[in-house]
Amino acid sequence: MLALTMTAPALAMDPQPYAVVGDTIPLSLTGGRGDPAKGRSIVATRTQGLCLLCHSGPIPEERLQGTLAPNLAGAGSRSTEGQLRLRIVDASRVNPDTIMPPYYRTDGLERVSKSFAGKPILTAEEIEDVVAYLLTLREAP
Amino acid sequence: MSRQGLVALACLWIAGLAGLVSWGGQAAEIPLQDRQSGYQLMTPETRAMQDDDAANPGMLWVLDGEALWQRKDGRANLSCADCHGDARQSMKGVAARYPAVDPGLQKPVDLEQRIEMCRTEKQQAPPLRAEGKDLLALAAYVARQSKGMPIAVVEDDHTRPFISAGREIYERRQGQLNLSCANCHDDNSGKRLAGSPIPQAHPTGYPLYRLEWQTLGSLQRRLRNCLVGMRAEPYAPGAPEYAELELYLMWRARGMPMEAPGVRP
Repeated sequence: MLALTMTAPALAMDPQPYAVVGDTIPLSLTGGRGDPAKGRSIVATRTQGLCLLCHSGPIPEERLQGTLAPNLAGAGSRSTEGQLRLRIVDASRVNPDTIMPPYYRTDGLERVSKSFAGKPILTAEEIEDVVAYLLTLREAP
Repeated sequence: MSRQGLVALACLWIAGLAGLVSWGGQAAEIPLQDRQSGYQLMTPETRAMQDDDAANPGMLWVLDGEALWQRKDGRANLSCADCHGDARQSMKGVAARYPAVDPGLQKPVDLEQRIEMCRTEKQQAPPLRAEGKDLLALAAYVARQSKGMPIAVVEDDHTRPFISAGREIYERRQGQLNLSCANCHDDNSGKRLAGSPIPQAHPTGYPLYRLEWQTLGSLQRRLRNCLVGMRAEPYAPGAPEYAELELYLMWRARGMPMEAPGVRP
């Protein structure tokens, strides 16, 4: 119950501020650690995480995966926690030409549909879950 | 250093520069000789469905359109045939030139909009329902008369500003996912989006029967689908942005053969 009352307002609010250091966001967006099992579920659910539209990953039950972007296998050994967090939050901070959507940015976007306007693609909690999951992916494909 | 050595070094340097340029920025337009229709990406079964008139579901709309072409309508009590005669002659190559800039409106109109103008102005009949069966049937019938002919949208003083406007929309990032049409269809065509190969977005077969839709649909419908996928607000039905995008896409596909009514997955 306590968790519900704490997360419910956060869903409706604008993204909270965070600090970029180099090519990382070193600190958790929520102050806590994410849940890798929930993160895996977000990545595997195409309509929620959208990840497998462009990426492939070690999620054998999802057969339709993308080849536009690097395979997620090995992401946890290629990148640090802070690097993964910034690449999900706003990858354009690392590469202005990236096609990676900004998962936790709501400004500087054009003609966002009414149902998504002002909302980040994932909440801070969901992003921390995905970061925690990706960090478990140590082996390259 | 020998002359050959210098040339080799210069070549390496140029290759390196080219590598840097293509790596750092976005890919450019697809070279004309590398263009391919979405047909090329389809399974043999889906290709066969398009190729065989008896199996192509789009032919049902073409047949309906043929009947509508002969039907008198409106306060003027005119059929399409009363003015245009035999569509197999008079409409040959017409769809390959659309969208076209209307001299009166001074803006591009697509094939469906042209049919609606004819209907309201010449037949003096109420407009057909947008994306409805009759309008799609007439468009499919007219487009069918250009099957196999090269797309003939040309860049001239009339079309140039609208082609530019369409290109600008095509390259503009939009929506919550912050993607442009070009991000997928120029820079990543052929790669797989959730398992499906991304086509180069040449509108050679519209109106076309999409198996996913289980019906025939217009290019505007397809454009709206993409905008929704990008989580962008679709343009209002009939907004000028659609005709500009369609004009740019048809110009980009110039010379490619018309396939309407196409079949796509």
